[in-house]
Order: sequence, then C-alpha cells, then structure tokens
Amino acid sequence: MNKTDNQKAWFLVLPVLLLVAFSAVIPLMTVVNYSVQDTFGNNVFFPAGLEWFRETLQSDRLWGSLGRQLMFSGIILLIQIPLGVYIALNMPKKGVWVSVCLVLMSLPLLIPWNVVGTIWQIFGRVDIGLLGYSLAAIGIDYNYTQDALAAWFTLVLMDVWHWTSLVALLAYAGLQSIPDAYYQAAKIDQASRWSVFRYIELPKMMGVLMIAILLRFMDSFMIYTEPFVVTGGGPGSSTNFLSIDLVNIAIGQLDLGPAAAYSIMYFLVILLISWVFYTVMTNLDRQEGQ
Amino acid sequence: MAKITFDNLAHSYLSEPASEDDYALKEINHDWVDGEAYALLGSSGCGKTTLLNIISGLLRPSQGRIFFNDVEVTDAETAERNIAQVFQFPVVYDTMTVRDNLAFPLRNRGADASYIAQRVDQIAKMIGMEEELGRKARGLTADAKQKISLGRGMVREDVNALLFDEPLTVIDPHLKWELRTQLKSLHHEFGHTMIYVTHDQTEALTFADKVVVMFDGRVVQIGTPQELFERPEHTFVGYFIGSPGMNLLDAEVDGRGAHVAGTRIDLGAGYASLDGRVQIGVRPEFVRLSSSGAGLPATINRVEDVGRHKLVRLTVAGHDINAIASEEDTVPSDNVMVSFDPDRISVYADDWRVAAEGEGIQ
Repeated sequence: MNKTDNQKAWFLVLPVLLLVAFSAVIPLMTVVNYSVQDTFGNNVFFPAGLEWFRETLQSDRLWGSLGRQLMFSGIILLIQIPLGVYIALNMPKKGVWVSVCLVLMSLPLLIPWNVVGTIWQIFGRVDIGLLGYSLAAIGIDYNYTQDALAAWFTLVLMDVWHWTSLVALLAYAGLQSIPDAYYQAAKIDQASRWSVFRYIELPKMMGVLMIAILLRFMDSFMIYTEPFVVTGGGPGSSTNFLSIDLVNIAIGQLDLGPAAAYSIMYFLVILLISWVFYTVMTNLDRQEGQ
Repeated sequence: MAKITFDNLAHSYLSEPASEDDYALKEINHDWVDGEAYALLGSSGCGKTTLLNIISGLLRPSQGRIFFNDVEVTDAETAERNIAQVFQFPVVYDTMTVRDNLAFPLRNRGADASYIAQRVDQIAKMIGMEEELGRKARGLTADAKQKISLGRGMVREDVNALLFDEPLTVIDPHLKWELRTQLKSLHHEFGHTMIYVTHDQTEALTFADKVVVMFDGRVVQIGTPQELFERPEHTFVGYFIGSPGMNLLDAEVDGRGAHVAGTRIDLGAGYASLDGRVQIGVRPEFVRLSSSGAGLPATINRVEDVGRHKLVRLTVAGHDINAIASEEDTVPSDNVMVSFDPDRISVYADDWRVAAEGEGIQ
C-alpha cells in the first residue's frame, strides 16, 4: 500500500492537543508549579526544589494516611465484590420483580455523598440514632466519636450500604448476558451449583467485575465527603484518609507547597495502582486464552 | 439406551392455553424405538426444540406423560434422565482446557480417572482435536467449539439417548459432512437412540433411519426417507422433502379421475368422494412433458440446467409447477402438454393424504 507523506496532517491533532492541555495538563501544571516553590506571602514566590516532596515523604503523616486508605479500600473491596456477586446471583432473572429489585438497588447510588454522610452520622449516634441507640441498648459499647474501631465499623458499613448495589448491578448485567443454553448444557452434564458458578457464571462475569473492582477501588481511594461528615477524620487521626489529610494541609494550614507535593504523589499513587491493577487483570485474561 | 414413549404429550408456553393454536407442541403419542436414529425435520418454530427439551427434561410438558423403558420420567430432573444433548450454538466452558471440557460430564458422574483419560482420547480422535487437548477452550473458533460440544455429548457411553439440536449449523460444509458421517458410525457402533433436529432435508435423510417431519407443532409423518419421498402424508412433507418439492394442483376428484381446469387426469386408483380443499400432488420427477398428445396445456417459464438434469419451470392452470427432465431430453418449445405418472399421484384433502380404495391404511 502506498502511503501519502503529508506532514500537514499533524494539524488535525491540534484540537485534541489544545483541549487536553486546557482541561488537564495546564491545571495540573499549576499544582506542579506550587510544589516546587515557597512563599512568605505577598504573592512572592521563590524556588524550593524538591524540598516539599522530601519533607512530605519523610513525615509519618503521609504514610499513616496512605496505610489507612489502603486498608479501607481493601476492606470494602473484600466485602462489596463477593456480596455484590452474591446479591446478583439471587436476583430474579425475569418478571415484575426485576424492575422492583433494580429500582430498590439503585436508590442508595442516587443519594449525594453529603447526605449519605449525614444519614449515617445521625443513624450511628448513641443518643438519637437508631443504630447507635439500639447497639447501646443491647449492651454493646459502640461510640464512633470516641472509639476508632466503632468509627471504622461505621464507615465501612456506610460504604457497603452506599456502593454494593453498583457491584451487584454490574454483576447482574454480566449474568443476564449468559445464554440459556449454557445452563441447559450444565444440567445435561450434571454440573453442581458450584461448577455452574465457577465455570460458567464467574468467567462470563469477569469482564464487568474487573470494571467494578477498578471503579470501587478508585472511588474508595478518593473518598472524602462521607468520612468527613461522619467522623471528620477522628477519633484522633484514626479515620484520617489521604484526601482528608490533604485538605487539612491545603486549607487548614494553608501550606500550599507541601499540599501541592502531597497532591501530586496522591495522584501518582492512584495512577500507579490502577495501572498495575489493569495490567495484571488483562494479563490474566490473556493467559486464560492460551 | 432406552425406548422413549410419549403418552398424550403436549406443550404450551402459555399458562392457560385456550385453543389448539396456543400449543407449541400438539398432542402426540409415539414410541421412539430403542437404538434407532431419528431425524426431526421441520421449519423453524415448528416445535422441534420443544420436543427435544421435553425428552431431556429441560422443559416439563404441560400435558401428558413421558416414559423411558416404561418407567415414567415426566417429573424427573434432567440429571436423572441420563441424556446427552448438543445445542445449536456451541457451549464450552471457556476457562477449562479442551481436555477438561470433554472430561467434565464424566467427572461430574464420578467416573474413574483412567477411564476418563482413555475415553477423552478416544473422543478427541473422533472429533479431530487431539492436538488442541491441552489448550484453553477460550479463543477457539466456533467450529472447534462446536466440535467440543459434540464431543461432550458423545463422551458418556451409557446415555439413554443422544439428542442433537441442529448441531452443525455453525460448522463449515466440508466438516459438516465429515462429522455427520462420524455421528452415523458412532450410532452403528454403540446403538444409542439418537434424535437429530434439523431443518436441512439432506442432513435428515442422510443421517436417519426414520425421519420425523413436523409442521406447526404437529408430527405430520414418520417414515423412512423413501416413504417420505414416495407417499408424503401431508402436503407440507411433499413440499419440504425433495428439491424442488412436490407440485400441488387444485382438483376435483371423482372415482378414478381428477379434474384440473377441465382436463381429466387418470389417477390409477379409485377414491371415495372427498370434502374440503382437494389437491393432487405429484413430484417433479414424475412430470412428463410432450409437444403433442394428452395432458394439461402448460407454458414454460424457464429451463434451468443443473448438470445432472434439467429443471423446467412451468405454469399449468394458473399454478407454478416444476418438472425434472433428463439431460438427453429435449424440452418442447410450443404446444407443451404435461402429464403425470398415474401411480405417482397422491390425493390430498385439506392437506392430508387420502388413501385410495384398496390401499392399506398407513
């Protein structure tokens, strides 16, 4: 095939280049800009090199928050993915109950983050909240404002309540796409219920589950509003996640340089984990094909 | 291996069928003889798959009973029936290797490992996939996947019946022929009761000892390929079997003759007086053309030379009919008259064949 050599074609890329520049690169660069400068006020800046990065990396603060963040994402993934799949497996496949289920399941997804936080903040209170009051009434020592374990319990439960539906709906969509013939063949082959799940349903759900895991990971890794409303990062710093910590530095202490350095590293961590995750998953997928 | 008996069996997908039209499978009483190979032939949506799924227990009939070797299995689970079934579109377990796929039905029944290995090798050889045994089923072509499905269907030796639901639809023509031959030899070797659903008459006629023709939820004829060809019991059989199908002409039948558009045609046998829509049917092979003499006046529309013979398309008394002439015959150009072999004419009243006087009831 003869290829025409036309360097003017590069201009066709220009609109996209401009768009990406204004929507992503330039805003990000302002953060990069702050991260390598220092100021004593009056809008006078001078270069600080990699000082802020060094300082942030050496402080326990970042590592503590990162650890808590990873733990939080890990816990909710371990609960939400199996639970979501389990719910999807038990949802009706046809009939009027399908729509009822779908609507009920979507409801938590439609509630704004702030509202979810407020709901659980009140729900968990020992003086007036249904959950807190009931737990206290049956003699369980539960107080999320004073006890770190109770605070974690509340946040995890809240996230499970808010987002498991998403996993269930995605898994349900995956299940619905399996032709009847597969189940019929499994019956003919006398496959057990577990085999049907392991060899038919799970492989067919893998694609959507990958998306579900990635979405839930990124979302939970960036969680801010809900824990901020419920615990405000407390008690102590036991629920101080990366985003809450970052806001404290940037707005609470107005340390723009360290906050910018912190942001960039936060962003890179998400990028890195998502990339690793994606690569591992697609590789697994390819290996299965051989 | 088993004899399968249908007793007043019928099925409707509606919960409260009101009329006969609501039944996907109309009432049927039939014995499927043990060890026979049947082809279930009919156009799409005529109830073939419904019938198959009732045998395998994937569907519970809304009426009637079903027996395997005189034991009632109407309410028995698929697994208890010990049936093998192959579906129209390939069903493979993607994450398993080809070997595991083939071994799956045996493993689920707790067969011995050495027996499984030997049996899987045997089947792999039969479907020509020995090379691919170790690879995952995912990513194979549709052909290969369907071969695995077939293999999985054949891997158990002790099944009561082997059911095939248009299994060769996705397979390329060359391989189709080969696999069909394999299935046939498998049948000779093991003598399973086999039911093979298809809408392809060549497939049905080459595969089966007995062909079951279905039309609109009803079994219209069961017979050997020859019987279907020579005396179709229903106009649908005449039309569906043969290439091209049987010619049908509206006629008035009176004793030993039929009147088509004012011309009398000798029927070679006597018939009682008939009610309803009366037609005579004659296969294109038994239509004679001449340029003089007796018969029905006809106009030739087209002559197609298909190599082995000539196919002549004609119009007779407002009906399109086909005739097959041998390569040596010259097709007359004008004053064309058609006549029919009297022995080869069938008479139909409301689409069902009428036996001539003195003919044994079929």
